[in-house]
Amino acid sequence: MSKWDISKISEWKSEDFPRAAVIPESGNSDDYNVGGWRSERPYRDEKVCTQCMLCWIFCPDSSVLVEDAKVVGFDFEHCKGCGICAAECPSNPKFGRKAIEMVPEGCEMPGVK
Amino acid sequence: MPKLTEIRWHARAGQGAVTAAKVVAETALQAGQYMQAMPEYGPERMGAPIKAFTRISDEPIEIHNNIEFPDVVIVLDESLLDVVDVTEGIKDGGVVIINTCSPAKAVKEALGLDDSVRVACVDASGIALDTIKRDIPNTPIVGAFTKVTGVVDVEVFKGLLAKNLSKKFGQEMIDANFTAVDRAYKEVTVA
Amino acid sequence: MVDQKTLAATGNSLVAEAIRQCNPDVIPAYPITPQTTVVEELAKFVAQGRMHAEYINVESEHSAMSASVGASAAGARVATATSSQGLALMWEELHIAAGMRLPIVMFNANRALSAPINIHCDHSDIMGARDTGWIIMFAETAQEAYDNTIMAFRIAEHPDVLLPVLTTADGFITTHSIDRAEVMDDETVAKFVGEYVPTYALLDTDNPTSHGNFAGLAGPYFEFKKQERTAIDASKPVIKQVGEEFSELTGRPFDLVETWGMEDADIAIVVIGSTAGNARHVARDLRTKGVKAGVVKVRVFRPFPAEELRTALKGVKAVAVLDRSESFGAEGGPLFLEVRSALYDLETRVPLVNYIYGLGGSDVRLELMEQVFSDLSDIASGATAPFGLTYLGTR
Repeated sequence: MSKWDISKISEWKSEDFPRAAVIPESGNSDDYNVGGWRSERPYRDEKVCTQCMLCWIFCPDSSVLVEDAKVVGFDFEHCKGCGICAAECPSNPKFGRKAIEMVPEGCEMPGVK
Repeated sequence: MPKLTEIRWHARAGQGAVTAAKVVAETALQAGQYMQAMPEYGPERMGAPIKAFTRISDEPIEIHNNIEFPDVVIVLDESLLDVVDVTEGIKDGGVVIINTCSPAKAVKEALGLDDSVRVACVDASGIALDTIKRDIPNTPIVGAFTKVTGVVDVEVFKGLLAKNLSKKFGQEMIDANFTAVDRAYKEVTVA
Repeated sequence: MVDQKTLAATGNSLVAEAIRQCNPDVIPAYPITPQTTVVEELAKFVAQGRMHAEYINVESEHSAMSASVGASAAGARVATATSSQGLALMWEELHIAAGMRLPIVMFNANRALSAPINIHCDHSDIMGARDTGWIIMFAETAQEAYDNTIMAFRIAEHPDVLLPVLTTADGFITTHSIDRAEVMDDETVAKFVGEYVPTYALLDTDNPTSHGNFAGLAGPYFEFKKQERTAIDASKPVIKQVGEEFSELTGRPFDLVETWGMEDADIAIVVIGSTAGNARHVARDLRTKGVKAGVVKVRVFRPFPAEELRTALKGVKAVAVLDRSESFGAEGGPLFLEVRSALYDLETRVPLVNYIYGLGGSDVRLELMEQVFSDLSDIASGATAPFGLTYLGTR
């Protein structure tokens, strides 16, 4: 199926829209950058992460990036900063803390403004 | 035969008046006539007085309402005579058919009817108990109706009855019903 | 014309038969008086294997219409039936079905709304659905209920339309009366209705689509409503076309507005549903006495046949519009408001009066029709028309 071209949607007339607000293709939320909605972003400490994959399971925006069955980072074009990954991330007893924490947007390290 | 015959049924819920109203209509259809049958629905329970209506005509029937001025009134339960004004609106030349063992002349006097209206009496319950072994007066009273009015043919009615009964019952029950219809046809008295 | 079988049946059983013959894939339904025998028969047909629909026992009418919406969006042909409080409970889903352009066919047994509680006929329930975007058809007889139901599938599924259709009959009066009717065989109906091929179906996994989307904020909600208006306007020629084909097939006439004696009528009644026959019966009688009486029956209420009514009523000396429902606080009943609005565009004003009648199954005695025609004769010969609406036959 060819890509649905909505580049001129602002010029469409009533009859140009697909009937009844149907979206005639799947997965096009990929085209919509919602990264700017974040006030906080997830920070993952790789050495604390046990690769339990809970963050990947729970992320409502499929924004936990995985390669070769391992979490490698976040898709910040689609992560809205909801914090579910950090909430679900289990504390690692070896370190006494979670691998994922939410940090204010614009920061890389916890505690740094 | 008049162009349109309007029949009003009076009974107690559970006596089969609605079914009888339908079967008479279906009998008329078998003879190629136009018909309509409807109950006056309400939140009744067994034993409550109810009404049902049948219209039969040689031409399509356009009206959809209750029958106020019937040509024929059929009363399936004698005790209703004290409760309901069964002859209300009956047309001149009309006939009231009642399930009772009283003679027609006495009933006519009791109802205070003059000669413009005929009264036909038949012990439909008694006949039903003798033949069908249950107090189902609706089948025999239709037999009396066919004789008194001639609106539908008794043999056409019996044919339909056999067809309907054969779905659930054997020949014995069909024969008992036929006997009930024939007896009512024979025994009905008119005053 | 095809061979048809003449039988004695109730309106409800004929509607159930029509739905069976149109072979829907899914029937989500909840029973309510006086619609009950329709869904009873449909459930029986499914249980007996006489139709291959998925019958869904839902827990309310709200769920019945929700499931209908889901099944229709999935790509199924969907039929259901309801009445009165049930239709009222469906209110939000009625808008959703129309807004999502789902060709669901629903039968409504027209019945009064509570309170006080009443199970008998009037048009309060169906008139409440008049602005939901559904096409609405009325039947005078059991035969018309059967015919309308079959046509409804063709109309709903037409690519220019794709809107849900409500096909209705008067509760008890038509739904429970045994009437003489003609029915077609299954093959003929199947051929007439055809196969439903959805353009967007959720179950079409090769062409994934998303339904029921958000079109708020500055989004194109307004544009989608314009699409709905375009579709219901486009349904009118489709209804006419389907009706013509149906008439050819069955020999029974069909039009959005059906007239009797209107070629030369001085006075006329405009009416919907089973009362049309009563009005015609009285008009026929009046004709033998030299009164030029006519009857206009509105068989399709949405889309409203304004042009047809202008044509039928132009030049008539006095017209009575009979409403079997209220629009409390308005200038008249729903039909009156529509008819008066339609006639506004005529150059010569047609004197128009409104009667509210038959609420809660109040019997439509012939003398009531006689009274209306008598009032109309007075108005036609110069009497002042009563201002406002008249309650016909109340104590």
